[in-house]
Amino acid sequence: MSKVDSLLREPLINGVDKTYGKITEDIVRNTEGNPPKDWWIAFGFALAGLLLYVIAVSWTIFKGIGVWGLQKTVNWAWDITNFVWWVGIGHAGTLISAVLLLFKQKWRTGINRAAEAMTIFAVICAGQFPLIHMGRIWQGFFIFPYANTRGPLWVNFNSPLLWDVFAISTYFTVSCLFWYSGLMPDFGTIRDKAKTAKRKKLYNLLSFGWRGTAIQWSRFESLSLVLAGLSTPLVLSVHSVVSFDFATSVIPGWHTTIFPPYFVAGAIFSGFAMVQTLMLITRKVQKLEDYITIAHIESMNKVIVLTGSIVGIAYITELFIAWYSGYLYEQYAFYNRAFGDYWWAYWSMMTCNVLSPQLFWFKKFRRSIFVSFIMSIFVNVGMWFERFVIIVTSLHKDFLVSSWNYFTPTWVDMSIFIGSLGLFFTCFLLFTRIFPVIAIAEVKAIFSSISEAAQVKAKKEGSH
Amino acid sequence: MSQGKIEQKKYVYGVYSHETNFLDAIKSVQADGLTVDDAYSPFPVHGIDDLLGIKETSLHKAGFTLGFTGLVTAFSVMTYVNTMGYPTVFGGKPFFSLPAFIPVMFETTVLMAAVGMFFVYIKRNELFPGKIPMIIDERTTDDKFALAFGIDGKSDSEIAEIKSSLQKSGAEEVNTKSFE
Repeated sequence: MSKVDSLLREPLINGVDKTYGKITEDIVRNTEGNPPKDWWIAFGFALAGLLLYVIAVSWTIFKGIGVWGLQKTVNWAWDITNFVWWVGIGHAGTLISAVLLLFKQKWRTGINRAAEAMTIFAVICAGQFPLIHMGRIWQGFFIFPYANTRGPLWVNFNSPLLWDVFAISTYFTVSCLFWYSGLMPDFGTIRDKAKTAKRKKLYNLLSFGWRGTAIQWSRFESLSLVLAGLSTPLVLSVHSVVSFDFATSVIPGWHTTIFPPYFVAGAIFSGFAMVQTLMLITRKVQKLEDYITIAHIESMNKVIVLTGSIVGIAYITELFIAWYSGYLYEQYAFYNRAFGDYWWAYWSMMTCNVLSPQLFWFKKFRRSIFVSFIMSIFVNVGMWFERFVIIVTSLHKDFLVSSWNYFTPTWVDMSIFIGSLGLFFTCFLLFTRIFPVIAIAEVKAIFSSISEAAQVKAKKEGSH
Repeated sequence: MSQGKIEQKKYVYGVYSHETNFLDAIKSVQADGLTVDDAYSPFPVHGIDDLLGIKETSLHKAGFTLGFTGLVTAFSVMTYVNTMGYPTVFGGKPFFSLPAFIPVMFETTVLMAAVGMFFVYIKRNELFPGKIPMIIDERTTDDKFALAFGIDGKSDSEIAEIKSSLQKSGAEEVNTKSFE
């Protein structure tokens, strides 16, 4: 990797007193001692959410999915909306760590660790929904193709739902491996900083006995690069496959070829919004403002405005194609989205996803923490509505007028969604206390090249 | 160079604070005719592989082989199942339908390549949960760089030579470490 750093560019790490030792200290500090009061309060809320989740899911499994608001007409609603929403959020982590690695975007080092963690937790949340929607969750293993005594009766390899099983499980596994291989050296750092024998033992276990020799690093870099190369098409494939769940059907509103790229752009959009939300809080609570700088926030906002605009173009293209197709049912599906019973969901989506991110064309807003935070929440909400609009509005007025219906969620639907947020935040909060939230070794590596550039600059200035 | 494969019991090592000094030191000790046994750093230092003569790993070859295995496995299993094992009509589509197999073939390729490479990586790097590593100096995962030389079976004069070479290379400290 080249080490050319522009002196005109904003530094990726702020603070005049930074040394390698200080970087270690700043990041490792957050895993030591007792968590602050704020953390406990947040953790309390997250645990309450998790409890709600456990109750609602238990009730679903005990009574059956009849306790949800689903009916014959709208037979897919919040469950699949939540699934797609969570999977979408899970796209930013691997995009940041893999795609930006291949593009040599060094600003990724400040946020990649936490973004990858977010990815993993989001995919865990997403994976819950297909399972609980099965109704008979104890037969969940039927989704795997294995020689069985029922024929053997195999899974349907022509079905996008089965492709999803492969896509999501591969994505989860590869993301975990990528994340963990990067964590080993940093666990080694925490181990060597540990003051108690117990802590040393725990972190040595987690680090797999990392030593940091030249040959280990050489293999480490090879592995990262090849995993990044493998993950890049994987990221794009996962949401494409998720979009096939809809696009391969014949339902007006779903049956469109634009879905794969449109879903991928939407996924990156929502993923970056969630990373933004989490990073803005984490940098403040953990005092990591020097590592997750305004420049990082601005870079993420640039990705948000780009992907948000792609999503906007996709919405408009869909409307145009519906009109241009001359196909009455397709036209009605889109008319119904915008002006039918669910008009409020459609316009919430349009406002949150297409209009509001346009603010980020202005540098002032891109660099404002307050605006970034509000906008990240807007995008999260908007992207949830996007999936709800696509799914429910396409179903609720189907081909027979007599079966037209309006979907209303029950308390179980709502509790499972809110509860899944509890599950996500419980995982994330534990992560911030046990794991190094910033990739220590990677930040040191970019710090060394920055400091060299700074030395060159200092020499030049000195010679004037 | 042995790169830690031959684990010796006693080492002499020099400590450095900056990567450029560290790289210069490797050149300096090599000019004295010494072979570095282990070089420790808190992050990957670029250019060190060439200096130490570390060959590029063949991890990617393992990845390719396993990925290809995954691809062939997925294709064979789906073809067998759909055409021979239990042919089922799905919406009047052909039993053998390559386009429908592509997503699963792709995912299986990536899965096998990534998982396989990860295991090859931890095996080659001698990483294992609970392994007690030989670390020359705990500061090398924090902010120091170290060059280590195994001294098992070396005479006092040879050891003194190593030490003086390390001093000359700009080491801030020259220490001895023995592993149990």
